[in-house]
Amino acid sequence: MVSTADGERVDRIWAQVRQVMDPELPFLSVEDMGMVRGIAIEEGRAVVFLTPTYSGCPATDAIAEDVAAALQAVEPEGEVRLVLTPAWTTDWLNEAAHAKMREHGIAPPEGRSADRAFLTGQGKVVPCPRCTSDRTTMVSAFGSTACKAHFTCNDCLEPFEHFKCI
Amino acid sequence: MTPEQHFQAILRVGDDALVLGQRLSEWCGHGPVLEEDIALTNIALDLIGQARGAYTRAGSLEGKGRDEDQLAYFRTDREFQNVLLVERPNGHFGDTIVRQMLFDAFSLARMEWLAQQTVDLELAAVAAKAVKEVRYHWSHSSQWVVRLGDGTDESHAKVQQSLDDLWPFTGELFTSDDVDRAAAAAGLFPVLEDLHAPWVDRVKAVLDEAGLNTPENGWMQRGGKQGIHSEHLGFMLAEMQVLPRTYPDATW
Repeated sequence: MVSTADGERVDRIWAQVRQVMDPELPFLSVEDMGMVRGIAIEEGRAVVFLTPTYSGCPATDAIAEDVAAALQAVEPEGEVRLVLTPAWTTDWLNEAAHAKMREHGIAPPEGRSADRAFLTGQGKVVPCPRCTSDRTTMVSAFGSTACKAHFTCNDCLEPFEHFKCI
Repeated sequence: MTPEQHFQAILRVGDDALVLGQRLSEWCGHGPVLEEDIALTNIALDLIGQARGAYTRAGSLEGKGRDEDQLAYFRTDREFQNVLLVERPNGHFGDTIVRQMLFDAFSLARMEWLAQQTVDLELAAVAAKAVKEVRYHWSHSSQWVVRLGDGTDESHAKVQQSLDDLWPFTGELFTSDDVDRAAAAAGLFPVLEDLHAPWVDRVKAVLDEAGLNTPENGWMQRGGKQGIHSEHLGFMLAEMQVLPRTYPDATW
């Protein structure tokens, strides 16, 4: 049973924490990314549950520090706890994240994360985020950050990044 | 399985990932094309991330206060338990890609298994994340082996040589010692020997498509898991560890 007072505390923390942005994708918040799995009051102490994206993503440490700073602005005793299970998946990106990615020229992940067809490079269409053409080619499965692949549009000829499905 | 064997078993998973990740990072700025430079260093990052997860778990199990950095930077070559395959020098791009393909095929099967086991849920969580990453690595390395093997006469000859050179380092992946056996008996590890046949099938399918000959199983190198390494590991660790060993309290 969550008391009203606790509920208000959680709301206040959410208001702070959802303003934390991914340093590599500064238009996406940790809420858009689905990284904040929950906020709870445990024996009077505020806890933010955070799930890292990629094992080796250098942004994860920075994000955890930023979330801790945002939390501690309203809850000086608050704690950020990393949650590894279940593993983060691109399925947790919200609709706002998809729209913002397109706006910034990044093709969002298409379909469900466990899409083997994409991994084998077959049958997966990644539409161009600029001209929406379906005629695109993967240049490299690895892009400027661990989470992105590198594509080119065959119609408008623009190179663009695709947020990989994991 | 003793607590010490549990610790050692997880250390092996971390050591394989760290040593290969460090090796791949040597390609930074030297890739044959920009996309490959980026791909190899991305894979390096994933592997180092996997090592961090394994070391953090191993350190907490050991209970001596060693964290991921202590385990990475303050152990000698004799204390590393990675397989010899991952410490092989990078050589040319074909050597690196063949080494990666041989390891990815093994790592994918091992990580899938580790993600399913319920003896160590923290390790399972690290592995579940790694599985998603290693699928990408395997996809990348196996496609490159096909491209090089089925490419020009020169690329074909070079990767066939890479394969023949590296094959003797694959036996160790599937040869259990006491730690592996104890971990398997406890349900923490797969029986490594059981992973061999599916690994051969997976690798051979790629080699056939690439028009490469699957080498015969002859003499197999071993010793890495017991801390008996080739001379290459020491040089690599020297470079990797010099800063924290010189300035043990250095922080960013």
